[in-house]
Amino acid sequence: MKITNQVVEKHGLNLEEYSNIKKFLKREPNLLELGIFSAMWNEHCSYKSSRRHLKNLPTKGKQVIQGPGENAGVIDIGDDDAIIFKIESHNHPSYIEPYQGAATGVGGILRDVFTMGARPIALLNSIHFGSPEHFKTKSLLNGVVSGIGGYGNCIGIPTVAGETKFNKTYNENILVNAMAVGHAKKDKIFYSKAKGVNKSVVYVGSKTGRDGIHGASMASAEFDENSEEKKPTVQVGDPFTEKLLMEACLELMKDNSIISIQDMGAAGLTSSSVEMASKGDLGIEIHLDKVPCREENMTPYEMMLSESQERMLIILEDGKEKHAKEIFKKWDLDFVIIGKTTDTNKLTLKYNGKIEGEIPLDALASKAPVYDRKWVKKKLIKSKFDFKKLKKIKIEDALIKILSSANHSNKNWITNQYDQMVMCDTAQKSGADSAVIRIHDKEKAIAVAVDSSANYCKAHPLTGGKQIVCENWRNLISVGAKPIAITNCLNFGNPEDPKIMGEFAECLIGIKESCEFLNYPVVSGNVSFYNGTNKKNISPTPVIGGVGLIQKLEKPMDHLFKKKNSDVLLIGKTFGHLEQSVFLEEVHYILDGRPPEINLVNERNNGETVLEIIKKDLVNSVHDVSNGGLIVALAEMSMGSDFGIKIKKPKNLTNLYKYFFGEDQSRYILEVDKNNLERVEKILKNNNIFYDNIGLTQNDYFEIEDELKIDIKKLYKINNQWYNNY
Amino acid sequence: MNSSVIVFPGSNCDRDIAVALEKMQFKNQMVWHKESKLPKSDLIVVPGGFSYGDYLRSGAIAGKSLIINEVIKAADKGCLILGICNGFQILTETGLLKGVLLRNKNLRFINKDVNIKIINNETKFSNKYKKNQILKINIAHNEGNYFTNSNHLKILNNENLIAFKYCDKNGNINEDSNPNGSLENIAGIFNSKKNILGMMPHPERMMDNLISNTDGANLFLSLLK
Repeated sequence: MKITNQVVEKHGLNLEEYSNIKKFLKREPNLLELGIFSAMWNEHCSYKSSRRHLKNLPTKGKQVIQGPGENAGVIDIGDDDAIIFKIESHNHPSYIEPYQGAATGVGGILRDVFTMGARPIALLNSIHFGSPEHFKTKSLLNGVVSGIGGYGNCIGIPTVAGETKFNKTYNENILVNAMAVGHAKKDKIFYSKAKGVNKSVVYVGSKTGRDGIHGASMASAEFDENSEEKKPTVQVGDPFTEKLLMEACLELMKDNSIISIQDMGAAGLTSSSVEMASKGDLGIEIHLDKVPCREENMTPYEMMLSESQERMLIILEDGKEKHAKEIFKKWDLDFVIIGKTTDTNKLTLKYNGKIEGEIPLDALASKAPVYDRKWVKKKLIKSKFDFKKLKKIKIEDALIKILSSANHSNKNWITNQYDQMVMCDTAQKSGADSAVIRIHDKEKAIAVAVDSSANYCKAHPLTGGKQIVCENWRNLISVGAKPIAITNCLNFGNPEDPKIMGEFAECLIGIKESCEFLNYPVVSGNVSFYNGTNKKNISPTPVIGGVGLIQKLEKPMDHLFKKKNSDVLLIGKTFGHLEQSVFLEEVHYILDGRPPEINLVNERNNGETVLEIIKKDLVNSVHDVSNGGLIVALAEMSMGSDFGIKIKKPKNLTNLYKYFFGEDQSRYILEVDKNNLERVEKILKNNNIFYDNIGLTQNDYFEIEDELKIDIKKLYKINNQWYNNY
Repeated sequence: MNSSVIVFPGSNCDRDIAVALEKMQFKNQMVWHKESKLPKSDLIVVPGGFSYGDYLRSGAIAGKSLIINEVIKAADKGCLILGICNGFQILTETGLLKGVLLRNKNLRFINKDVNIKIINNETKFSNKYKKNQILKINIAHNEGNYFTNSNHLKILNNENLIAFKYCDKNGNINEDSNPNGSLENIAGIFNSKKNILGMMPHPERMMDNLISNTDGANLFLSLLK
């Protein structure tokens, strides 16, 4: 086949990139080689637009064992325990084929974690759909939720936390981000860097089929009206085989057989072999006739670009082949030596002894294109919003409208479809500020949470980026965990548009500021660009997945009121920031103005003080104040509990709406027993923390003095009907 | 007491049940599905999970597996057999327990804590519970909708072979308290000799107050008695 300009463009490469390919090869590539360049140089694998910005993120810290650049990030949680985690997007495939797209998203991220030697202990997800009224939303929601559940439930890893949001910005491009968290021994962590020449390169796992060919390239382009035709590029998941692969790998990892290991994820055999060899400054030779194939007459091109799931590439120590083979045989998996490491610094592909393609590895890895794309700053808009012009609505009616909306309804309908309890270490499930997972056989536990704030990021990317890290930090604090590190999934539109690139660059600056100030490094992550259809880009949606540590899990802390007659303290200052709030969006259909400011000093002081109070066992329940403001947070503490609250009328703020629905940041609510009140107040005063005693818990009713009184059972019902009626 | 847990390649509650058994001082062994012999056991547990992937009917392949023949032989000799979740599905596939587990009525996977009522507390599996005691227990299944023919249902009722029924927290057994559409809210049944119990809920998940509660512990204590 002749490589015409059209063929080049079909491979997602531009002509300048193509001329660089010819320079690297000092000749024209053949189709196989072009395919490999296309797989390695696309946005998804090369990070060519994002790399310059990503390198500014703080990635180091006392507890960081491995930052970005490996299959997943690794942190130290004391003793000989390490936590390995990462979040990844599977947006494009999930839009085309929701069940398989979401399922293989889960499968892919699990492999990233167990490849490094960790037994996965928790799954999380962040899923964003279009408006509920959009004709596709319902089937996408059903497909994605059952896909996530189908994979996690079968492999037997609990899906413990997540977020689900609806917004018309995702009408034509949903987001499906999956996060996996695993536990490993510190001295048993496996990396992808190859070492030594003439070592066996082994293919294990499922056979290779024609599914997912060019999947990574698909994820590097916008959708158009023909997107449905891309269905064949979506991979098909087999969680049972993944379970076998996971157990077999973990069994082989018990001794010293493995030099390096890499899962075949995006761009399959191509990216795994290139990554292992290039990281080790070696070459690699692969005999494609040995690759186990599911279908007949597969060409080298198809084998190298297939994204069939549940496959791994392993480089073995000399003499370990037989031992390793026995383990994979026990688990009924393919195990084939398909090549060896070389000292040529080239990727050499042979079929029946004949060289089919040969590419210098640096051209595919270190010398892959990096772009300094143009970007423009977003100004803080002046709000046109005038409170006096809003339609009058009673506080009670506004609250009910929010609690019964798609975005703020209870998500049990979703989370009940996920096995949250398997492995028997889930101390806190979905619905809390963070999930809490005990480390098996130990006293300690980790807290995990995922968060995003697309509206804030859209309004002002820098503030939004800053805010989302803080919100995630707050969620971990609220369950009594010390936040350690994050992973991020950066979902954005087309980076070739300077406005979109600006959203990306500025969100990252915001993320960096918060992470640096809070000592909350980024240890892994993923960038997903080109989220949009026909030039309509999604709102910038960075998703943050955080992990924190609870040194000794004695009783999990959650947000539900526990007793009557406890004092309820609001930590942090309330200014009444209504712009970009849920109140305006859900009640008045206005999205306007600036996101709330973040004061990082207050954020840190408030958080550290709340954590101190929780650790001293002085509170009954804790909740952070986020979307919807104070009133929604208090309602959440009442719904599902046996106790409500009687809220005193605030003395200073004259505008009740601003007081109750304002989304000022860095705030927490604490439920404190009368006996502990003095001690708690002393700690707050000592640490110079602003707080207010806002009311008392009581039986049965959610009440604001002289304003409203609602039965909490009624609130619960209101909050639990949206999904069932959808 | 010696127990054996059968491990299929897709079992995923095998570790959980092993932890529970060991916590209750059982001498437990894991038995890989390719084994053709069972160690000496007073109790055999077929755990939850997805045996061989369950892409065919749940438990269909496991019901014909090598090791399950040994389980059937042991059952015939009176060994105690406990099938939980996928284990229950497998036991119905072997015929050791009658009836079938259909897809949940809402056609979705369900994981949540539900209440069940102890219907028969005069068996090796349930003697530490009180009759009509209400437990809070976790379910996690896609096919837990128990169904059987009317003859067998009569036998279940007449011979007191229903172990547990789904109920609400006050003990009411009705459609509202039935999570998956099971006939007569059945959550677990015995065979006629009452040496085999199949149940959809997971007692091994209810062994620790820090995680859930300890409502499952009495099942294991009953077996030890």
